[in-house]
Amino acid sequence: MSQKQYWKGLEELQQPEAHVQATENEFKEELPFDLSDNLLNATTPRRDFLKFLGFSTLAATLVASCEMPIRKVIPYAIKPEDITPGVPNYYASTFTDGGDYCAVVIKTRDGRPIKIEGNELSSITKGGTSARVQASVLNLYDKARLRHPYAEGNEATFDAIDRRIKEGLAVNTQSVYLLTSTIISPTTNEVVTQFLAKYPNAKHVTYDAVSYSGMLLANEASYGKRALPTYHFDKAQTIVSLGADFLGTWLAPIEFAKGYGLGRKINARDLRLSRHYQVEANHTISGANADHRATCKPSEQGAVAVALYNAIVNGAKPSLSTNALNELVMGAAADLKKGNGLVVCGCNDVATQTIVNAINDKIGANGTTINWALTSNYKQGIDADMVAMVEAMNNGQVGALLMHGVNPSYTYFESKKFDAGLAKVPVTVSFAERMDETAQKCKYIVPDHNYLESWGDAEPKPNYFSLQQPGIAPIFKTRAFQDSLLMWAGASNTYGDFWKQFWSTKLGGEAGFDKALQDGVIEPVGAMPTGGGSFAGNVSDAMAKIQMSKPGAMELVVYQTIAIGYGGAWSNNPWLQEMPDPITKATWDNYACVSPLRAKQLGAELSSQTEVDAKKRVIIIKANGQEMKLPVVVVPGMHNDVVAIAVGYGRDPKVGRAAANTGKNAYPFLSFNGQTFVNHAPVSIDKTAEFYEIAITQTHHSYEARPIVHEFTLYEFSKDPNILLKERKEEIGAFTHVPWLDEKDGAHEEGGKEKTTDAKALAERDSTSEFDGMDEGFRENGTMYPNYISPGLHWGMSIDLNSCIGCGACVIGCQAENNVSVVGKEHVLLAHEMHWLRIDRYFSGMPDDPDTIQTVFQPMLCQHCDNAPCENVCPVSATNHSSEGLNQMAYNRCIGTKYCANNCPYKVRRFNWMDWNGADCFDDNLYEDYRRDDMNDDLTRMVLNPDVTVRSRGVMEKCTFCVQRLQEAKLTAKKANRPMQDGEARTACQQACPTDAIVFGNVNDKNSAIYKLRKQQQRERMFYVLEHIHTLPNINYLAKIRNTDMIVAGNENKDGMYMEHI
Amino acid sequence: MPKLRRIAISAFAVLLAFFSSNFSAIAAPDGKALFQSNCAQCHNPVKDATGPALKDKDKSFPTKDWVYGWVHNSSAVIQTGDKFAVDLYNQWGKTQMTAFPQLSKDDIDAILKYVDNYQPPANTLATSPGNSTSGNTEVDNNGWVYTMITLSLLLLVIILWKANLALRRTANEKSGIPNEKEIPLYRNRLVIAIVVILTFIFCGYWLVNGAISLGRQQNYQPSQPIFFSHKVHPGINQINCLYCHAGAEKSRQAMVPSPNICMNCHKQISEYSGEKEHPLYNAEGKHIDGTAEIHKLYDYAGWDPAKKEYRRDALGNIITRPIAWVKVHNLPDHVYFNHSQHVKVGQVQCQRCHGPMQDMDEVYQFSPLSMGWCINCHRQTQVQFTNNNYYSIFEQYHKELKEGKRTGVTVEDIGGTECQKCHY
Repeated sequence: MSQKQYWKGLEELQQPEAHVQATENEFKEELPFDLSDNLLNATTPRRDFLKFLGFSTLAATLVASCEMPIRKVIPYAIKPEDITPGVPNYYASTFTDGGDYCAVVIKTRDGRPIKIEGNELSSITKGGTSARVQASVLNLYDKARLRHPYAEGNEATFDAIDRRIKEGLAVNTQSVYLLTSTIISPTTNEVVTQFLAKYPNAKHVTYDAVSYSGMLLANEASYGKRALPTYHFDKAQTIVSLGADFLGTWLAPIEFAKGYGLGRKINARDLRLSRHYQVEANHTISGANADHRATCKPSEQGAVAVALYNAIVNGAKPSLSTNALNELVMGAAADLKKGNGLVVCGCNDVATQTIVNAINDKIGANGTTINWALTSNYKQGIDADMVAMVEAMNNGQVGALLMHGVNPSYTYFESKKFDAGLAKVPVTVSFAERMDETAQKCKYIVPDHNYLESWGDAEPKPNYFSLQQPGIAPIFKTRAFQDSLLMWAGASNTYGDFWKQFWSTKLGGEAGFDKALQDGVIEPVGAMPTGGGSFAGNVSDAMAKIQMSKPGAMELVVYQTIAIGYGGAWSNNPWLQEMPDPITKATWDNYACVSPLRAKQLGAELSSQTEVDAKKRVIIIKANGQEMKLPVVVVPGMHNDVVAIAVGYGRDPKVGRAAANTGKNAYPFLSFNGQTFVNHAPVSIDKTAEFYEIAITQTHHSYEARPIVHEFTLYEFSKDPNILLKERKEEIGAFTHVPWLDEKDGAHEEGGKEKTTDAKALAERDSTSEFDGMDEGFRENGTMYPNYISPGLHWGMSIDLNSCIGCGACVIGCQAENNVSVVGKEHVLLAHEMHWLRIDRYFSGMPDDPDTIQTVFQPMLCQHCDNAPCENVCPVSATNHSSEGLNQMAYNRCIGTKYCANNCPYKVRRFNWMDWNGADCFDDNLYEDYRRDDMNDDLTRMVLNPDVTVRSRGVMEKCTFCVQRLQEAKLTAKKANRPMQDGEARTACQQACPTDAIVFGNVNDKNSAIYKLRKQQQRERMFYVLEHIHTLPNINYLAKIRNTDMIVAGNENKDGMYMEHI
Repeated sequence: MPKLRRIAISAFAVLLAFFSSNFSAIAAPDGKALFQSNCAQCHNPVKDATGPALKDKDKSFPTKDWVYGWVHNSSAVIQTGDKFAVDLYNQWGKTQMTAFPQLSKDDIDAILKYVDNYQPPANTLATSPGNSTSGNTEVDNNGWVYTMITLSLLLLVIILWKANLALRRTANEKSGIPNEKEIPLYRNRLVIAIVVILTFIFCGYWLVNGAISLGRQQNYQPSQPIFFSHKVHPGINQINCLYCHAGAEKSRQAMVPSPNICMNCHKQISEYSGEKEHPLYNAEGKHIDGTAEIHKLYDYAGWDPAKKEYRRDALGNIITRPIAWVKVHNLPDHVYFNHSQHVKVGQVQCQRCHGPMQDMDEVYQFSPLSMGWCINCHRQTQVQFTNNNYYSIFEQYHKELKEGKRTGVTVEDIGGTECQKCHY
């Protein structure tokens, strides 16, 4: 059964009046027309209309007849040899942020970075990216970045600051603290060592805002290494995750998503599919992708780990709080015992992590899916060190504190205590790139470069190096953090020299160095070393500790969103602020996630509980002695007794305009248990009389419950791989041939039938042969219109719903590539968001039972229909079809009737309601909103792709299949005098995808990946959305196959609801 | 009409230039052109530069064959240990002369003949404004003359018609036939109707045409910060367009050269020597001192012509500033145009769009750069269908070509008039 009842939100399931109205009105505003009978008494009578018409014609004539502006063309004074204006240069580099790592390639145009791509030479990230990596280029042009160093709040020169800091450090040599986030750069570590050597009693404290201390300490106890192993999700047949959102935010999601994606690829001839169990408190994208999912309170995670351990070791039946959990644990234990299992846990509790280590040891994961021969350096922070340092500060034992990559005034759980301690430190230095909460309180600020401006390196895993080279000279008066340290350590060389020398020596001279710099990565030859570890943890002690933990009646969990993460510079990134959260689809705010049942119990009335009304009930949350008011967002799949709040919001206004006044800071809800930070706490919640608007995009662009997604269980699919083909044939089979033409071929048909016995072997070899010609027949005979012919190229895209994890990297990749506008919260509320590519998220299951909720993600973009409904209705033919199968949009021809958006069945067209980017000639038209105004700053506009038009007000826009990239790839082939190669033209979303869910290419080329995928490899899983209306999309999807016994359908009695809409 | 004439005349000029350049290639080698394009970067006929002054220098060389060998590959000659060659090499600071294997013996002879007969330009400026009116204004004058002739002929027709009418009336009176009552023209309903309709049509036509041409700048000819004459450079001196506009084959932008490209030649060429053959005048007819313009370049490029070296700051960087040229060819922001697509792939000559650049002292916009103009060309122009392997994917067209069903493939046939080829 591929069509279960899907719903985007509860409003679609329950169909309240307001939702019905909202979906009927395509555009949220009232049209500014008065349709009353008495025209002259109307608000805009005919005479006024004529007056306006006359006036505007005259005005336009006057304005247009003014002299043409004189434009200048200014060549370089001395042209750099390797820059050709108009031709992009690519530089391999490395993205690091705390311990987050990604090998990247920077695309620069005329000397400025405009796009970040993954570096495919890296065997760790393998060309994958995340939304944050894609958006990092915008941080470079952030207007809120500091433009010069500060001493006591005033601008200062580096010389003056150096002198004063050196003096300060000389006086306080006995107690110098260097506080950083995890450093994975070998040269930076060397520099730190040099610095520490100069001040012998200096201490280096590593502090990660989101802590992994629990794992580090547990691993130290279990394996004798304070380190993190390498996880091989690609080799895992059974994945059990206890609260770890390893696809979204946990540890190294890009690396894990790559591996996970490999295990989720499936076709009818190879039915191997990994099975993924997830136990979690809130709803993460890892949970959404899981085959089996159950919820528990965060405090119960330890108990679940113990139950799983017992079930594996002695087959003990678990007795957890719900049956769903018990069943899941039994199922997981059985599967894990089959081998190639992997258990990960997102909990920061040493005891729980010790049990997880024990489980992994028992199931033989060490050496297969967990690699101890190759550890990971991603996180190194030890929470107790940080707590001790804050104590020391408050006791007046710290003479100097230098902080890089950290912002404890915001992220530390007792930020007031930290601030009090900071005030007692005589010399405080921040290397922050913006005036963040901590920098404001520091005596000196010596801003560090952006990563796109600086040299550097990374060692994500031992002997796996990655070099970082700048894509642009520093824009402001900033200085590399390492240069400052070297300077204060009294070294005579700069970091650049030191870095160059370090790598030249290591790589054996200039040639090796150049090659490494070009590749961006330096990796050992051959396959990754693998090896296990001998487990020596104290299981019984850990179990005893876990048993002591007492659950609260209601619990709070603090989590990271996939866009904003721990906070940092990301909070002020308008692209990320406006990226809809994969699960809640909310933008620009944080909120308290609660389950539908809990919302009902809170007395949040329907309009607020569901998503029709943007106004959300505000609740008061009390935990850990803190109190906070936040609006409620109802998230199906949340544990009924859990409230989840994201960090990264509630920033100080000086952090930047986009960050200012968005949500509340949730870090104060953390606590310290004597060993590690704890991200959950017992909580009490109460409703207030207040409401607050949250901009949620989930029901914008609705399909009104038409059948969109096809989903099967692995069992169904393996039993009958042609199940989807049969469904499709049932739907479109009648239109694949013309009856009266068939009669003529009757004789031929019978002859064919006789041959069936001979052809039986043939049919068995290719069981899909009965569906041969179905697609072609439907294309030709399903319409009265003539067919489009593509003589040369015909572009096509395939999106695999099985490997799409919903992470949103493609959304931001598209935004960066195509100059997609940010509209701000006010306009998201009006459904004016401009994303060309959205990820639709569908739930199914019973909203009141979180363990039944199953989730499907479906990226939705212009389908480039060969029989496009939008093209037929455009009065000025601004949108029409190309011979390459592209649905073209000519902005300068568009007059903004929006008929096309009305007629698009996929709801992928976006209208420019405002002049978002200053593309109009009238300055006064420019839309202003304090949150996104920086997008129009001259500095921020440097991020715009010069090959893509910046659209002006009043025109429609939509996905172009990155036509600028297609044209460039064609031109490259033409210049080289050869046909285009498959994979030469890649769209931005395809390139950004960490799981390779998107395949793109020329369907006319019989050797292309897309042709083979459609006609051979994935024939059985392929479908087109709304195929029966004969739009002939050029994007196909591959059906989702869930490795489970049952697809939860939910309200079966309402099944078929969609039928009445068709 | 004048426009058509102008186009016809310019087209004729292009053709003429084309043929004349062809003829000159067949005829005896042009020593001056060869010198300018090959030697002038390092040599001056009468002054020592990177290399020695060449006038009468050949008389000091051992043999003619020695000269040929030297020009074709000087380092080989030096390596043979030839004393004269080694001395020369040492005397000139061991700077190796670029090898010119492509120059034939005839070519070398022609160059030597040119330098030997070279007369340095007189310092007195030739002031003959007779030549100053450019071809364009002549065309305009002609147009004016034709208009005058047409108008006077029209007037003549009206006068004759009036006279005819008056004569008929007199004849009628004489023969006693009554004349119709005379209605003045301005009260004649028919005339009023015709005038109104004509005015309407004319105004409408004018308005629509005016609106269409908004933002178009055909014949736009701004004055530039430096009077750079294309006539002197690619025209008289036959410098390849791509030498300076190196981006035309690689990039969407043809690239305006940076001053350091200019300095490749102008380190040596510090004065304008063509004053006699081709004195420079700007569009207003004002005489331009070419040498002064070259010195303006030095100012931008940071070159000290007296010391023959760049001015440098304390860090050793050349003190230079970019030249803010006025952009002549402007396309709206929503148009994507790629030079390399046309120049490298389409093998389109620069002059096809830019007009006779080799005849322009000051550049003007030759083509309308309107969408209709682009589309027309895309409809008519055939792509390099069989020469470029990229087009091998168009199997159907190749079949048709083979079968003789089609004679060629135009840009339009492969989708070159679709919106998203230029607008995205």
